[in-house]
This record gives sequence, structure tokens and C-alpha cells, in this order.
Amino acid sequence: MTTITRRQLLQGAAVAGVAAATAAPATAEASAESEARGRQPGDLGLLYDSTLCIGCRACVTKCKQANELPVDALTINGAPYDAPNDLNATTKTVIQVATQGDRFAFVKRQCMQCLDPACVSACMIKAYQKGPGGVITYDQSRCLGDRYCQIACPFNVPKFQWSKAIPVMVKCEMCRHRKEGPACSEVCPRQAVISGKVTDLMAEARRRQAASPGKYLARIYGETEAGGTQCLYLSAADVPFETLGLPKLDATTQPHLSTSIQHGLYNKMIAPVALYAAIGFAVWKNTRGGEDEEKKP
Amino acid sequence: MSHATATPVGGKLTTPFFNLMALVALVGAVALVVRFGQGLGAASGMTDGYAWGIWIAIDVVVGTALGCGGYAMALMVYVANRGKYHPLVRPALLTGALGYSFAALSIVVDVGRYWGMWKIPTYVSWWNFDSALLEVALCVMTYVMVIWIEFSPSVLERWRASGTPGQRTFAESAGPKLDKALPWIIALGILLPTMHQSSLGTVMMLPYSKMHPLWFSPILPLLFLVNCLFLGYAAVIGETTVSTSGFGRRSDPRLLGSLAPVMGWLILFFLALRFGNLAMRGSLPAAFAANKYAAWFWLENLLLLVPGIVLLGKNARERASTQFGAAFAIMAGGVLYRFNTYILAYDPGPGWSYFPSVLEILVTAGFVAAQVMIYLFVVRRFPVLTSATPAPSR
Repeated sequence: MTTITRRQLLQGAAVAGVAAATAAPATAEASAESEARGRQPGDLGLLYDSTLCIGCRACVTKCKQANELPVDALTINGAPYDAPNDLNATTKTVIQVATQGDRFAFVKRQCMQCLDPACVSACMIKAYQKGPGGVITYDQSRCLGDRYCQIACPFNVPKFQWSKAIPVMVKCEMCRHRKEGPACSEVCPRQAVISGKVTDLMAEARRRQAASPGKYLARIYGETEAGGTQCLYLSAADVPFETLGLPKLDATTQPHLSTSIQHGLYNKMIAPVALYAAIGFAVWKNTRGGEDEEKKP
Repeated sequence: MSHATATPVGGKLTTPFFNLMALVALVGAVALVVRFGQGLGAASGMTDGYAWGIWIAIDVVVGTALGCGGYAMALMVYVANRGKYHPLVRPALLTGALGYSFAALSIVVDVGRYWGMWKIPTYVSWWNFDSALLEVALCVMTYVMVIWIEFSPSVLERWRASGTPGQRTFAESAGPKLDKALPWIIALGILLPTMHQSSLGTVMMLPYSKMHPLWFSPILPLLFLVNCLFLGYAAVIGETTVSTSGFGRRSDPRLLGSLAPVMGWLILFFLALRFGNLAMRGSLPAAFAANKYAAWFWLENLLLLVPGIVLLGKNARERASTQFGAAFAIMAGGVLYRFNTYILAYDPGPGWSYFPSVLEILVTAGFVAAQVMIYLFVVRRFPVLTSATPAPSR
């Protein structure tokens, strides 16, 4: 390439400046979004205590009732049961069992309501949003079914209606449509799952740990995992969370890296616009030169 | 962007090969009936664990990279000002336009709620600037239009020369306007792939807790960008070699050969970045584990390293067979790298597995066949390929 003179450089800068100015309003919102949200006093969540759960699955049944979800029929020895083995298109919460030799422990799965959710970060046109109480809401009218939320979620929570020609995503929204709050905690006979403000749930978890020394793992799952979640877990002292099937995650939020790259490269669209101006200038100059050469005999 | 030497190949369109492609495309279309009639579960091997399959990993992530020939050649001709590569630009733009158009079509097939896709470019206030996928979607949508406009002089040239009176009038009025705008459209055609090809790497940074350390990298966007460039050049060499020999035209191994060092250095740069970053993060020991991940990892890298070194040698400047062999290996290695980043390296946890269903494969095969058909049609009817020797009518 030929050396760029100062005048040419100024021309390029002027083009970049005009374009950046016009693009700025559209992207102003972007930088505001990237602010880390952190824990907020009004956040709602669940506390699940694996040591109290007896695996009755009343929560699973009540969840289906409250969310008008069909049964997930499984036939065992000729007899049909509503027995989902995982979260799926008809199941927003599930009780699974983890076994170790002849010992076992139950675990409840549902959306973890992350503080910095990967699904919210993934979704192109904000079908997922952090709603009132920090509950992650899903808006099917915006959903395109591209399933990037499924790829992104570290807990494999959002589920897709694979068997439907007109599908939607299915995930727990903490029964935000019910005045009474979450249905699962309402029916639990042992307070193995309780709902409320995360600050209260955290205090209750600590109280339980303190009241029965040696009974629990010292950690509370969800306090720091994936940058913190609003659903918290207690487990027995000899049952690590990984045994329950909860993924081992560090305290970095899942979207941290990719959003910092997106925001770094596309901050106010300055870099792309400047790059466009530079490329445009080079192409304009080189094609003009080419024409001159063609005009020569 | 006019070059006098490009001429239509001419000849009969419906050769046995063309008819075979038509059959494959038709079968693919039938498979689509199942997908749209009964949903994605009935048509594909995808699950809640592996929510993306070959329609994304091959048709979009690999297909657009192989379609980067237009981007890579435009960089060479219009930014680096190497005018001698002009004859390679049109065929590269055509394959690129086809690759991107069918990638876009694949997205329509893959997306569960495809009828709402118009909302992406329309509802600006809904845009999520955190989402690398949004960047990919907007850029690809725009680029499909841009690359067809970049290719359009070929169509206008033909219409001006031997079109109907209407076509001729249109070509004569649109041609000068297009010529004026073309530098800025070409610049867009360079900017947009730079953006979305790197973003295709960023997309797989979000699920970092599920990614294998040999593929996850904080510099995935840069790796994907360099990867699409050498894949673009390799595709140009592959396509030029096949089409020149297929149509009985004389190829110019020296022209293609002068691309060899560019590709060689790009590949060495890519490998240095990849291994350097792995070493920096302390993830290199994973490459020496006795498992399938390490095996695929070395296969990918050797399929790049060996041809990369060969391309820097003297032999590659002159011999068409060396160039073609190297380009083929590079395509295999580069494609594997992309595919593995999206499928192999992605681990949703125990209990999940993915293998494409027959219908899934038929749809992808059908799309490839349709691209071949359109390519053959266009090069036979429009001035795309340069004519070193006149084409025998066949």
C-alpha cells in the first residue's frame, strides 16, 4: 500500500467521525447494560435443602398444575407414571436422586435465576430479561427458537419443545403469574424447598448450618457459582454438590468474557466505523488507480 | 470491477452430474417437509443437551468460512492492491454469495420460530448488544445482500452484451451508478466478514464452562478470523482448480501459487496464536492426554501445519497438484477446527450425546447440491470464469 498523506488521513478521520456520531445514540444503551447487577435487596429465590428432601415429588406435580404442563408419562413394567427424569419441555422442576453405593440423596432442579444470566446475555432480542425480584422472565413473542440460551446456560435449564412445529422455550419463572408465589415451595411437606427474599434465604441457610454442626457442607451452592444465583442449595456434609449433579463453576459470571469482548470491540461502534472508513478509503484509492491503468493503451 | 477476460462457459446445463445434484437437492427438500411439518425433534438428532447440530456447525459456521473466498480475495485486490488476482475475484464472490445465502437459509430451517426472524433487523429497541449472535445475525443478513451486489456486475455485463431490450436498458442505467457505489460496497464486503467471522468465535465463548480447554480460548474471535481467511484462500484454490479442469480451461498455477506464501504465513500465525495461548493458560497438557479430544486436536493442527509448511516451499509456487493437495488439507483442518469448536468441544454434561439424523444429513447434502447447481448455471450463462482457452461445448 502507498503511504497515506496527512490530508488523506484527515479525510478518513472526518468520515469516521460523522459515522460515529450518527451511530452513537443507537449504542448508548449498550454500555449501560454491561454494568454488573450484583445482589439486590428485593431479589427472590428458592432455598433447597437436600438433607430434608424425602423425594415425594409433590413439588414436581404442583409445578405442573400451576404451570398447566402436561405429564411426562413413563411406562415402567407396564404401569404408566408421570416420571420426568430431567427438566424437559413439560417439566420446569424435577427431583433427581444421586446415588453413592447404597446411599442416596435427592436434588431438585429448576432455573437457578443467575445474577448475571447467560441466557439473558445470549438472547438476540431480549426474550429473556431480568424482571421484578431478579426473576428471569421469558417472552415467547420475542423468542426465535435459535436455542443459543440452551448452549449458553451453565445449568442446562432452558428446554425446547422439540416435538412441536410451533415450539417455545420452557423454564421456571418462579411462578410469577401466581399471586401466592412459587408452587413448589408451597406444597413441600418438609420445608426442603422454601421461597422468599434471597437475603432471608441466605440467613435461613446459615441458621440451619449453625443449628446442626457437622450435618451440612459448609458452603452454600449458588452463593458464588457462576457469579451467584438466586436459588441456593444445602447438601449433607458427605455429599458434595457435584455428586448431586450441580456443575462445578467458578465465581466468574458465565457472560463475563464474551460480553467484555463484545463491548470492547463494538463500544459505541467506533472501531467498526473507523475500520470501515479505512477500508473504504483504501478500496476507493485502489480502484481509482486501477481505472487509470485500464485507460492506458 | 470490470475484467474483459471473463466469459460464460456456455454448453448444456443438464449434464448427468447436474441431474444427480438435482436429485440430491430434491431429497433434501422432501426432508424439509418433515422438519417444518413435525418440528425439529422429528427431523434431527438434536436434543436439549446438544441444541445445535450440523445445520449450525456445518451449514453456517463452516459454510460461511468456505464462502470467505470473496472476502479474502477482496482484501488482496482492493486493500493490498494486488490487481493481478482480479480473475479470481468473480468466482470467489459467486461461491461466497452461494455459501452465505444457503447459510442464511439453513438458519431459517434450524431456528424453531423462523417466522419471527423479521423482528431481528426491525425491532432495534430490542437489540441485545451483549449477544454475539445478534452481531452475527445482523452482519450475515446484510452481507448476503452486499455480496450479491458485489457479484452483480457480472450479471449486468451479460445483460448489456446480450440481454433482452429491457435488461439492456436496466444494465445501462444501473451500471454507472453501481460503479460509483462499488468501492463503498466492496469496503462493506470486507468489514462485515471481519465482524461476523470473529463473532462466530465469540459465540462459543459464552458457554465457557462447557467448553473443552483445547478449543475454548479468550482469543477465539481472532482465531476464527484468521481461520476464515486461510479457509477463504484455500477455497479459492480448490474451486478454481476444480472448475478449470472440469470445464477444460487452462489454469494458471503461478497466479494461484503466489497465494501460497500468504496462506502459509496465515496458518503459521494461526498455529502460533493457538499454541501460544494454550501455553499461556497452562492448557497444553490436555493435548497430551490419551483421549479423543487430544487426537482430534492433533489431527486439526497437523492438517494445517504440514500444508502450511509445504506452501512456503518453492514447489507450491509452480505445481498445481501441490497447491490443490495443500488447499484440500487446509480445508479439512480448518473445517475440523470450526466444527470441533461447535460440536466436539461443547460438553453439556453426562448423559448427552449427538449424532446427526439421516434427515439432518439429507438437508445439508441437499443444500450443498443446490449450491453446486446454481454455481454451474451461473458460470455457464454469465461471465464469471476467465477464459484462458475457449471452452469446449459439452
